[in-house]
Formats: sequence, C-alpha cells, structure tokens
Amino acid sequence: MATAAVTAPPQSRARKLIDFSRDGDRIAHLVTFLFAASVFLVTVFLVYELWIHSGPSRAKFGFSFLTGRTWDPVAEQFGALPFIYGTVLTSLIALLISVPLGVGAAIFLSELAPPQLSNACTFLVELLAAVPSVIFGLLAIFTLVPLMRQYVEPFLKHALGFLPLFQGPAFGVGYLTAGLILAIMTFPFIISISREALLAVPREQREAALALGATKWESTWQVVVPFARLGIIGSIFLALARALGETMAVTMVIGNDTGIHTSLLSPGYTIAAIIANEFTEATGDIYLSSLVELGLVLFALTMVLNGAAQLLIIATTGKGSKQP
Amino acid sequence: MKRQMLWIALFAAAWSMAASAETINAAGATFPAPIYQKWFEEFHKAHPDIQINYQAIGSGGGIRQLTEGTVDFGASDMPMTDEQLSKVTKFKVLHFPTVIGGIVPTYNLPSASSLKFSGATLAGIYLGTIKKWNDAALKTDNPGVNLPNEDITVVHRSDGSGTSFVFTDYLSKVSPEWKSKVGSNTSVNWPVGLGGKGNEGVAGLVKQTPNSIGYVELIYATQNKMEYGSIKNAAGNFVKADVSTVTDAAAGAAKEMPADFRVSITNAPGKTAYPISSFTWLLIPSNITDATKKKSITDFLQWMMTTGQADAPGLSYSPLPKQVVAKEQKQIALIK
Repeated sequence: MATAAVTAPPQSRARKLIDFSRDGDRIAHLVTFLFAASVFLVTVFLVYELWIHSGPSRAKFGFSFLTGRTWDPVAEQFGALPFIYGTVLTSLIALLISVPLGVGAAIFLSELAPPQLSNACTFLVELLAAVPSVIFGLLAIFTLVPLMRQYVEPFLKHALGFLPLFQGPAFGVGYLTAGLILAIMTFPFIISISREALLAVPREQREAALALGATKWESTWQVVVPFARLGIIGSIFLALARALGETMAVTMVIGNDTGIHTSLLSPGYTIAAIIANEFTEATGDIYLSSLVELGLVLFALTMVLNGAAQLLIIATTGKGSKQP
Repeated sequence: MKRQMLWIALFAAAWSMAASAETINAAGATFPAPIYQKWFEEFHKAHPDIQINYQAIGSGGGIRQLTEGTVDFGASDMPMTDEQLSKVTKFKVLHFPTVIGGIVPTYNLPSASSLKFSGATLAGIYLGTIKKWNDAALKTDNPGVNLPNEDITVVHRSDGSGTSFVFTDYLSKVSPEWKSKVGSNTSVNWPVGLGGKGNEGVAGLVKQTPNSIGYVELIYATQNKMEYGSIKNAAGNFVKADVSTVTDAAAGAAKEMPADFRVSITNAPGKTAYPISSFTWLLIPSNITDATKKKSITDFLQWMMTTGQADAPGLSYSPLPKQVVAKEQKQIALIK
C-alpha cells in the first residue's frame, strides 16, 4: 500500500488518505496499538536507564551486590541483601494479613450483605484506596506504633516469645509494624477488585448450585469463589505490587536499620525506603549508582515474585481442572 | 486578522515584561531553606528586577545541579570535597558561608532533665558501647542526676542529611573509635539504633519511646519546645546550644579559617563555643559570563552578609561573626 501511495499522483494520494481516515477501525487499531506499545516502551526505557546508571556499581560489586550485607556510604561498600530481605518479609506479612481479610470481606460484600450495606461499604473501601500513603504513615507513627510498643508486641513476646520471630526489645517500629501498615494499605485493593470479580460470576452458576441442594455458603465457597479465582488472584497481584513498592508509609515505621534480623519486632529496611531516604543527599558515583542498582533489583524482584505467582496460578488451575 | 495581530502584540509585550526581571535559579540544602526563601523574597522587594528561585532539593542535589550547570548557584550543608570540585571544569566553585546552625541531643528520660554529655559519652552511646542510662560515663557527666537502670534506645536520621554529616563529623573529632569504625557522611553505617526520617521523624520516635536519645537541628528543637542536653566543648565547659553559643563556635574557628571557607567548625575552640555547630554554604561559580546575572548575585551576597544577617536570629539561625563576614566580603571580588 505504501509503494502504491508513493507512486500515485498527488490527487489520488489525498483521496487515499481520506479513505484511510474514514476507515475508523484501522485508526482505532493504530491508536490503541500505540497506547499499548507505550507501556512496553516505558518499561524498556526504565530498565535501560536503571541499567546504564547502575554501571559503576555493577562493575565494582558484581553479583556480590545481591549477597552483601553491608551498607556503608563512608567506606563506599554496598550490599543489597538487608533491603531485599526487608522488602520480601514486609510484603509477605502484609499479604498474609490482607489476603484472608480482603477476600473474606469481598465475599461478604458481594454475596451475603444486603445491597445498601454492600454499596456503602464499597464506597468506603474505594475512599480508603485513594488515601495517600504519607497519611497512612503519619497515622501509623502516631497511633499504630505506640499501640504496637505498649500492647501488641509485649503480648506477642509473652505468648510466642519462645519463637525466634518474636524476640528482642519492643520498639514499636519494625518489620511487623511495616507489614501491618502495608496490609491496611493493600486490602482495599483486594476487596474492591475481588468484589467486582465475584459480582461478575453469572447468576446461573449460583442458581445451579442452589438447585443441586447446596447451601448458600456451599454455593459461594465451592462454586462462586473458584469461578472468580482469576479476578481474586489479580487483586492479590496488585496488592503485592503496591506492598513491594510502597515507600513513605514504610520508611516511617520500619525503623530504617540496615541489619538482617530474624525477629519480626526488629527494625529493618526496604529497597524503596532506602532509595527515598538516601538518594537526595547521595554524593559520589559508586553511592549513587548503588542506589540506582537497588532500583534495578526492586524491578527484578517484582518480576520474579510476579512470575512465581503466575506459575502458582497455572499449577493450581491445572489441579483445579482435574477435579470432578 | 487585525484582532489576531493585536493579540500577538499584547502577548509579546507581556512576555518581554516578564522576561525583563532577571531570574536566577538556585538549588540545594534543605536546612537553611526557610531563611533563604525569606532572603530571596526580601531581596526581590528591595530589587524588583531580580528574582531568585530556590529549590530545596538537598545538598547532594544542589552540588550535582551546579556541577551539571543547570542552576546559577548551589547551596550545601557541607563543603564540597576535592573530588567533587575536580568534576567542575567550567569554573571554580567559591564557598560563601551564610548562617550557622547547631545540632542538639534530645532525649526522653522521664526521671531526669538538663542532661550533659561529653563528646566521648555521646560517641559511646551511638557506637553502642554505652548501653544503659546509668552507665559510669553518663554518671560522671551528670553528677547528682537520677539516671535509671534502663537500656538506651538510640535514634538517628534515616535520610541522608547535612545534620547527620555535622553530627558524625563531631563524633569523628572527639572519638578515634568512631572515626575508624563509622566515619562521617550524610548517611553512615550506624552501629546501633532506629532511623527516623527527617527532624520530625527523629523527634517523633524520641517523644514516643521512653529512654531514647536522638539528635535534631537546634531550630527544630526550639520551635517545638523540645528539651535538649548540653555538650562539653573543646575548652572543657558544658555549653547549651542557642543562637549566640553557635555563633561563638564560628568566631572561635575564624582565626584558622582557610581561604576557601571549606572548614568544619565542630568542636571549635572558645570557652562559650557550642561544639556541634556548622556553617551552611552558598556555592557560587567564580566565573559568571552574563554580566547582569553576575551583578545580581554579587549584590545579593553583599546584601546577605550585611542587611540579611539581621533576619537570622528570628528564624533561630545564628548570624555570621564579624571576622567571617570581613573575610567573605573579600572573596566577592573573586567572582569574575
């Protein structure tokens, strides 16, 4: 078509252009393709930038950057392990709390609650999802941290202190508090999206289950929830992504300590938090590029965790289809 | 058509009017940002044709932007290192001290007040070798004070900051162990303690955690009416930070001031000098090609060192001592 347009006389070329512009489908195709491509381009550009600017650090530390446990800006010795550990641990705590809570709430709101209550609650949940993270951080500092230090952490130490997970002094800030605030921040996403997924399950599915003599709960748990599984898992992905990348609220309550601790009560650090904390005042090439490399590590970590979760879905879906 | 022409003419006129005010861009340290904003605003009132925009993006950012030539001048809470200076190829960077700030130890100890710290004790606490409030070293510094048998919770800044730089610079001077194990920088590898983001983060953690100690800028402590301790200075006196003792630190250090003003005034000599004090600097290129810009900047520097200094105490910054101002005024002539 392109060669025909070039060789054609000007008049008919204009004609073709008009024809082309009338062809709405093609334009829509092109425009939406460009939009989709922009996602791809932004991602590629991001990785490229991170890769280029982390050059000095990658050259100096190599793969030992991933296993290094020292973060010493004075000696210019940098390792990412404490931050990777903190990021994964806090996100894990967050999901352990927010997934059961969020999915449970979504089931109630979509299946069991009276419509008015469901609508009111959904409105509140969506409001909650729009609260800026710094607000959550401030709330956490002034209310959650004192509560944790005075009541929750002493109780955990008393009840579960024989586990290495709950030992050491109770500062109120640390992995557990950060995980908790992340849980509070992520569960509106899980509720909101899971509820939509559950509501989208066709009526016939429920009716069929009920007709076969299932109770309301049996129909919900064994028919509706499995049907909406992909939507629910999608909501968990979003929650995970937010938990991994959350910065302000986490840095305000995690204690910002560059060690690796087993106890959930200890202060720690996450990748996003240290970048936010140290980037503005970082001087020296190695220091700066190490912070950029941390960004690259966070990107890779998100990919790996998302990939692992995808595999998990494929595994469970395969299993699910074998069931009678 | 005529109407269109009219609009274009009007627009052009408005544009040229806006452009006639000389705009100067600067970026850097956050610690002196409140007084810089005030200065630039007042200077603009006195000289309506000069507009200085200041972005408080942090000292590191200020140095980077100056090096890359994206701002007309920078600002920093610590002097540029030789390595940083060597990267600036187009011009030399002149350091102009503007005001002096102090950093104070703040604590949450219900049973005691008006605590005193010697440098070695403070270093011991931050190294984690002094773990309890009733440690012998703290008792020696504070005779007769009821110090509890409680663990000390240490709080430091988690974000990179000039405040941490000055604090660790002081500890490096008074404790060889600190110097060899930790050193000084905008952020360091803290041996112990919790990190709070910003002055407010440190203050929040200290207020909430019983038996804790942290450090904040003097301005922040006075504005929030926080209790803070006094520090033993090089002359052996315990001095509490205020606007005048911080200025005394600069006066004490003025005698040995290097020509380029890149000097640390922590642990300064002088009976009344507060030891954890520091200048904050404007970083001015020695070579400004634009003649109007050059005049605007030198005018501002002259104004800042004379009229501007009177604004400092109102915002809890310490003004420059006379000796330093006299030396700095000579440096203005170096701007070509």
